Amino acid sequence: MSTAINNLNNKVVTTESAWVRYLLTGLALLLIAILLIVPLLSVFYEALHQGWGLYKDALIESDALSAIQLTLIVAAISLPLNLVFGVAAAWAIAKFDFKGKSILVTLIDLPFAVSPVVAGLIYVLLFGAHGWWGAWLMDNDIKIIFAVPGIVLATVFVTFPFVARELIPLMEAQGSDEEQAALVLGASGWQTFWHVTLPNIKWGLLYGVILANARAMGEFGAVSVISGHIRGMTNTIPLHVEILYNEYNFVAAFACASILALLALLTLALKSYVEWRTEQQAIEDRKHAIEAV
Amino acid sequence: MLRKLSLALILSGLSAVTFAETTLLNVSYDVMRDFYKDYNPAFAKYYDAKFSDKVTIQQSHGGSSKQARSVIDGLEADVVTMNMSTDIDAIVEKGKQINAGWDKKFPNEAAPFSSLQVLIVRKGNPKGIKDWNDLAKAGVQVVVPNPKTSGNGRYTFLAAWGAALKQNGGNEAKAREFTQAIFANVPVLDAGGRAATTTFMQRQIGDVLVTFENEAEMIAREFGRGNFEVIYPSVSIDADLPVAVVDKVVDKKGSRKVATEYLNYLWSVPGQEIAAQNYLRPRNTAVAAKYAKQFPAIKLFGVADFGGLKAAQKKFFDDGAIYDQIAADIAKKK
Repeated sequence: MSTAINNLNNKVVTTESAWVRYLLTGLALLLIAILLIVPLLSVFYEALHQGWGLYKDALIESDALSAIQLTLIVAAISLPLNLVFGVAAAWAIAKFDFKGKSILVTLIDLPFAVSPVVAGLIYVLLFGAHGWWGAWLMDNDIKIIFAVPGIVLATVFVTFPFVARELIPLMEAQGSDEEQAALVLGASGWQTFWHVTLPNIKWGLLYGVILANARAMGEFGAVSVISGHIRGMTNTIPLHVEILYNEYNFVAAFACASILALLALLTLALKSYVEWRTEQQAIEDRKHAIEAV
Repeated sequence: MLRKLSLALILSGLSAVTFAETTLLNVSYDVMRDFYKDYNPAFAKYYDAKFSDKVTIQQSHGGSSKQARSVIDGLEADVVTMNMSTDIDAIVEKGKQINAGWDKKFPNEAAPFSSLQVLIVRKGNPKGIKDWNDLAKAGVQVVVPNPKTSGNGRYTFLAAWGAALKQNGGNEAKAREFTQAIFANVPVLDAGGRAATTTFMQRQIGDVLVTFENEAEMIAREFGRGNFEVIYPSVSIDADLPVAVVDKVVDKKGSRKVATEYLNYLWSVPGQEIAAQNYLRPRNTAVAAKYAKQFPAIKLFGVADFGGLKAAQKKFFDDGAIYDQIAADIAKKK
């Protein structure tokens, strides 16, 4: 049975002649080289071409360290929030029917549609000194914008859809048969979630979290509007890179940029691994299904 | 392991946010970071010696008008150090964090130093640029930041306009024609002074860059002195760089004393020396005499000739005012 599936996978699905295929593949590779690989290499070249020592100095400088630290803190706070929200939203949308479901789905997509700069400005309008809640916040000495909470808020906003968007199609495809079986067999709601739903979605969930993480650490627009750019206080890595570049400090700018690039490469590797695992799981699921028939 | 790591991260984050000693936040514009990098440690040392109190100064830099906007929106600056008095006026009017009359609280209308617009040309001056007139000639490319978003660009516009007025006996129509000819030669309008410098030096666009005298020194330090020449035009504009204490913030934080000391120290001899070393023209006559060699004496006119910056803003740079009309004319001709 399984050999039949493999044969199907390997079957040639194009009818174009060989040179057309090579030309198209070549063009695609060329574009990728020019648009993606050369810029990526140039980041590392600019960062390292004056020697390892300068590169290291740029990264252990106190403003750079605090930018790295702030970026990690922001990601560490916003990711769990998005994880819980994303699972809850996907669970509600995929497994239940209720009024206003399509509105909820649209709302989850909103951060994808809104420009990050606008997202930042929304929070300035709400929490700024002359915003809706600005006076109250100021009287109670609560700092939101131009401080860490504002940066976290903006980051949560822009990374909101990643986990939910990843899980909804997966959970919808899986249906709720297994959960229903668990419930019939006497499992509590929590047990059902922990032992049935979560193992089924874990790779999809991880995939969503990885994407959200990449965006959280790399976000510029929304965070730039809301940060206030205080050196060593409210600068994340992307903001710090811009400042260093404007100071003509190209080596340090590209050194910090290389951290972001490394992170992107790591994300890519993780993503490919997770994708591969998801595929493996899908094949196994299919096998089980076929064997069951 | 992961939990321990994240806990450590959050704790270290908190420790970075809490500080016991006096802190000041100085919200400033783009090209001043080099000056304050030198000035802040000098002031902290002086303040510690005088009041035995350790003060930490935090810096925020960006386009002058954008920074003013952040203060209006609640960025809690103790002091603002800008390149145009209109940016501080905006905080007075729109945010009300600074009280009116801020320019009377310190000498020289609260501007501890000044700069002026100079012309920067490529090595050997291949286009033979000597003065403002050469910028209006056909075939010369001029790099200037956008006067709508940058104080640097506004000073350039006013400098060109004022120079033309002087040549034509105060004829406004001629001045407008002349300024339009210069801006018609601008290939890219960058948002700020730093971006314009990058366009000229890094991307090698244009024959002449118009920017502050102190920015020229920064270019020399970063790109090497042999790569360009600084041309002093026959007449230029005196750009006063004003400072102010943000009343609302210092009253709330109780930092008025240290904030006032911080700005006052700008007028002290050591403060003026640091300014001169960063190619900002000092007010103190003794310091000015000491550094006279690096500041060629040229004829200057002030913004007072335009009835002050507020009047100039209204006449030239508000929406639909002369600059917008000129930009529209240039676009039409292209």
